[in-house]
Amino acid sequence: MYDSGKIIPGLLIFVLFVTIPIWYNRGTAQAVPEIVLPKDVESCVLPLAAIRSDHMKLLMTWRDDVLRDGDRSTFEIEGKQYQKSLTLTCLQCHANKEQFCDPCHTYVAVRQPNCWDCHFAPVE
Amino acid sequence: MDIKRRNFLKVAGITTLAGLGGTAVVGRLVASSGLAQAAGGQGAAQAGQANLNGNQTNPGVKRYGMIINLKSFRDDPTLGEKIVEACHSYNNVPDVPNPKDEIKWIWMTRYENAFHENYHLYRDEATEKQELPVLCNHCDKPPCVRVCPTKATFRNRDGVVVMDYHRCIGCRFCMAACPYGMRSFNYIEPAPYISNLNQNKPRRMRGVVEKCNFCVGRIEVGQLPACVEACGESKALVFGDLNDPDSEIRKLLRENHTILRNPSLGTLPSVFYIV
Repeated sequence: MYDSGKIIPGLLIFVLFVTIPIWYNRGTAQAVPEIVLPKDVESCVLPLAAIRSDHMKLLMTWRDDVLRDGDRSTFEIEGKQYQKSLTLTCLQCHANKEQFCDPCHTYVAVRQPNCWDCHFAPVE
Repeated sequence: MDIKRRNFLKVAGITTLAGLGGTAVVGRLVASSGLAQAAGGQGAAQAGQANLNGNQTNPGVKRYGMIINLKSFRDDPTLGEKIVEACHSYNNVPDVPNPKDEIKWIWMTRYENAFHENYHLYRDEATEKQELPVLCNHCDKPPCVRVCPTKATFRNRDGVVVMDYHRCIGCRFCMAACPYGMRSFNYIEPAPYISNLNQNKPRRMRGVVEKCNFCVGRIEVGQLPACVEACGESKALVFGDLNDPDSEIRKLLRENHTILRNPSLGTLPSVFYIV
């Protein structure tokens, strides 16, 4: 190989450079946050896996149903009627935004959704 | 199989003739039916112009509207303040001191500001002095909805012109389009100026346009708008379905002479005034 004295160190520097995020952040991995779940309620509006992956889609669907289609019908879970509403349904159980919403959103680096510019998180 | 030049030209010529003749015949047919349609359209337009209340008998489809009885506002001068307060505190409308950044959903104004078309030099004293409430007219043909590039403002299935603040990009086309000036833009973050927070209702953020929505969340669950409720028994504001011939609002419209704001613009407002 011609110029191996330049190419091999060059490749090494390149590999080090593109792997900066791996070695620069090593050892700083945070533990998966523990979420404080509401105590007196057994189930959420969707099963756990579904609500974890699709809660944002559910909120958008509710928003479009209520706001654009004027469909404010309620749905029943365990004999109790719930409205399609972030404030009047979700936040009634998950009353603490700092303990329930923020830890995971910070952990997965999903920037604060702009829900809270207009909708109120319950005041503790 | 060989095609001779002579045969090819024959076939091509006949096809061209058939094509030209065919389009001419089709064009004729379309033109004659189009003429009939245009005549029908003109008739419908005339009927629409004769009837400023829009579609009067439309069973099953609601069109919410409001009657404002100015006599009640003359009788009780504090009523105006009451309805504004009821609306603004229910809907988390901020009270911004700088008039340039003001947000208003319903407010009291002078006669000449509300009724440019019915304004003349020799006014009676009551009209001269009186302040009257103005709010979004929830037009049957809302110009704000036509210009909104994101469909953030739209006419919902009950005839209420509502805002979807999630979609509003703050272009303010709707403010330019509204001939009544009933829309406000959040030039500054409104949150610090909301005095009595209604926790169950959202507020707005900087950069969106807002206006009266007939308290759509209340009327959809069978309640009256906050301003109408604040009037109590005085019947200063009467809210109801304009498409229901038996509703209270239609009864009042039959019994009283009512006026509209700038009816010549053809927006067909749903807010009527009894002077």
